[in-house]
Amino acid sequence: MAQQTDRTGDDIVFEARDLRIGAVREDGSELPIVKGVNFKVRRGEVVALIGESGSGKTTISLSALGYCKPGLSFTGGEAILLGENLTNKTTDELRPSRGINVAYLAQSAAATFNPSIRINEQVTESPVLHGTKTQAEADEKALALYHALELPNPETIGQRYPHQVSGGQLQRLMAAMALCGDPDLLVLDEPTTALDVTTQIEVLKAFKKVIKEEGAAAIYVTHDLSVVAQIADHIVVLYSGEVEEAGPTDVIINHPQHPYTKRLMAAIKPLPEAGQGEVSSDEHLRDDAALAAVGINAGYGGIGPNGEANIPVLRDINVAIERGKTVGIIGESGCGKSTLARVFAGLLPQTGGDILLHGDTLPRAVTDRSREQLQKVQFVYQMADTALNPRQRIRDIIGRPLEFYMGLRGKAKRARVEGLLEMVELPVQFADRYPHELSGGQKQRINLARALAAEPEIVLCDEVTSALDTIVGANVIDLLTRLRRETGVSFVFISHDLSTVSSFADEIVVLYAGRVAEQGSTDSVLSPPYHPYTKLLISSVPETRIGWLEEATETSEARSGISGTVQLTEKGCPFFERCPLAIAGTCDEIAPPRRRDNAGHIIECHRELSELG
Amino acid sequence: MTGLILRRLGIGLITVLAVSVIIFFGTQILPGDAAEIRMGQQATTENIAALRERLGLDKSYVEQYLHWLGNFVRGDLGISLSSDVPITNLIGDRYKNTLFVSMLTALIGVPISLALGIMAAMFPGSLYDRILTFISVTLVAAPEFFTATLLVLLFVFALGIGNAVVVGSTDGKGFFELIAHFALPIATLSFVIASQLIRMSRAAVLNVMSSPYIEMAILKGVPRKRIIFRHALLNAIGPIVNVVALNLAYLVTGVIVVEVYFGYSGLATLIVQGVQTRDFVLIQGLGMIFCLTYVILMLIADIAAYASNPRLRHPK
Repeated sequence: MAQQTDRTGDDIVFEARDLRIGAVREDGSELPIVKGVNFKVRRGEVVALIGESGSGKTTISLSALGYCKPGLSFTGGEAILLGENLTNKTTDELRPSRGINVAYLAQSAAATFNPSIRINEQVTESPVLHGTKTQAEADEKALALYHALELPNPETIGQRYPHQVSGGQLQRLMAAMALCGDPDLLVLDEPTTALDVTTQIEVLKAFKKVIKEEGAAAIYVTHDLSVVAQIADHIVVLYSGEVEEAGPTDVIINHPQHPYTKRLMAAIKPLPEAGQGEVSSDEHLRDDAALAAVGINAGYGGIGPNGEANIPVLRDINVAIERGKTVGIIGESGCGKSTLARVFAGLLPQTGGDILLHGDTLPRAVTDRSREQLQKVQFVYQMADTALNPRQRIRDIIGRPLEFYMGLRGKAKRARVEGLLEMVELPVQFADRYPHELSGGQKQRINLARALAAEPEIVLCDEVTSALDTIVGANVIDLLTRLRRETGVSFVFISHDLSTVSSFADEIVVLYAGRVAEQGSTDSVLSPPYHPYTKLLISSVPETRIGWLEEATETSEARSGISGTVQLTEKGCPFFERCPLAIAGTCDEIAPPRRRDNAGHIIECHRELSELG
Repeated sequence: MTGLILRRLGIGLITVLAVSVIIFFGTQILPGDAAEIRMGQQATTENIAALRERLGLDKSYVEQYLHWLGNFVRGDLGISLSSDVPITNLIGDRYKNTLFVSMLTALIGVPISLALGIMAAMFPGSLYDRILTFISVTLVAAPEFFTATLLVLLFVFALGIGNAVVVGSTDGKGFFELIAHFALPIATLSFVIASQLIRMSRAAVLNVMSSPYIEMAILKGVPRKRIIFRHALLNAIGPIVNVVALNLAYLVTGVIVVEVYFGYSGLATLIVQGVQTRDFVLIQGLGMIFCLTYVILMLIADIAAYASNPRLRHPK
């Protein structure tokens, strides 16, 4: 590793001095994105850049590699890496330091690995190309990193292609790719945001360990303060391309000064605890369920000779969504949450069981449902970006269901579109805009307005806040709460984020590998007795407390469960491999019994309820 | 992977069968039948009936179809109605001409076009890229006879090299002699396929170049050449091989203007003759050969695309 000191003799690895980055508009005028930012990163130190999307945090972090996203350019100031300013260098001049002095970890490892090249070649590529290591030395270093990052089968994992390993493993492999060249500075851009809580813990732990062992400095970009509290030494709070506040982690977390930092702290989701679930007014409540699933089996890969799916996912799911209530569906990726929403919507016809709308059986396939039935159940997708037609104005996107279901035209339609925009708290002028002119949170509101235009009784929300920043996501949740109160619509709220679900849902269904692990009112699910899986999920939600990560990884749930992956099993309890309470010979052989207490709280487990503290 | 290829083979076979049905019954709709056409002026009712029986035309359409298809599989394309010789004899030399021209064009035109297109993708927006874009768009718009005329004017009349038409036989000629023999048709066709290949290979590579893993490679300090040839090209093979295959199929079946212009006889002129003389046995035979050419080339393209995709080569 190049041991260099900077001009002042202090051990500074990177410094931004009055750094300015801007975009050039079509008319030639300049749009400033980063407006004079100053901060320093010393050796062995992790500096977190936090802020919402649009705060310029990614743009600033990339300046440490002398890189600007297409369309942006350095307009002033300096980005000094190991004593050298990068802002006026060409790509060829920057190449020797990229991957060797400074390395980058992106948000999505799945998109960052080349799908056509084996993992080991990509991990070792940079040092070998730069000539700082021979292939053999780089292979050795990579192997050591695979061990340090606790990857399964470290000897052979490099011979795989990226699609052959799991998301959490790929995220750690990206860390190996960044560290293989022994960089002085690591730039980590939201490296855990797209992960499940259980995977996030595991990846965070691995990152923290290797950053310490390798003695590298790091810039850690995130919007998640609880993650920052675990990993950063210093925090720089950014808003709209400017530094609002900077200081040591414990000062910023425990004594924030700036109003914006306080707002960020306030938007931190409360930990999932009993007693905070929304209790809706009785005004809209009735006895009958608006939508119910009875004994649903469903899966993929075509239907086999026994009438079940060749790749069965959901098994015997029973959920009733009462009018005006919210049912939260939670679990890690691969647990069948979206599959269940698709069954409700008729996009994936179930192989067994029934979906009831007000007690009447709905046809299995969406194509067989009547217009009236379709109208009652609406779907809101996670990715507003891809769910909204980019070539249609907002007016047409919201107007289409009004025409289709309500037969509205002309003036009446226009008035209703404006009414819906007001309902989702957007200015009526937005009707003439195109989706790309809106921010992520605004697009998600349009997405909701489109669903509400049909005046549905049930809205299926599939991870609608997962792609949004904390503050924006919290605002969308507030909006959903208000809409439910005002319109009496029911929500099925699918999320891998237990904190969000628990603040909003009346009832929670915890899915694991296509089976219900636990189900009941929000309070009963979040208080003992717990299913071991629920307990693992609850204990994995990061707390904004310094030192939490170390404690969390020491619990028995974490030790046995965190590094596992969701696997569908033919027999026994699918959680067996990850369960601290598993009974060998029973749990892996026999499907767990469905235990229920008087309040309708269900836990599927071989252990007695009294054992599940 | 093997399963995928077998399935793809099956789909190809079904395509060929479906086309054979369309070709056979499509030509049955034409007025008159083989016996009437063959007898021409000497047709009497008895003559025709006798010939019909000899040709099997008195049998049901389904039996005729199966008989025809069985013969085709054995390589017997039937007897030409207009010239009374086996179709295979008619095709013989012409197939050789067509094959030489299309293969040589593919060998010369395809690599040059791909190289030009990929180079354009390496430096998007550069002067080189813009000039190449201008030329290739112009070439797309220029009809074949126009390109051919320009080439003849330039080489034959201005520079005095070669002949304006293809003369003599290909017998006994070596590789370079063949290139010289068909120089102008090959050049014309290379220009025709170049425009599309350049545009498509440029677009395919540029599309990959905007993906996050290419940005990652840039941030790892990987040199531009390696980014293109190791990181980008592997992921652009699928779309590129499909365009190449479509263009090769065109070279075998659609080059009528070039054949007529340079005065050599290939398969494309033959099928036009078949239509002019209402020789539907010939049309059926050639139709099947063209269909097979397309199906086989697209099959090869798809297998190449599968092979370049690690998700299919190495399933989880």
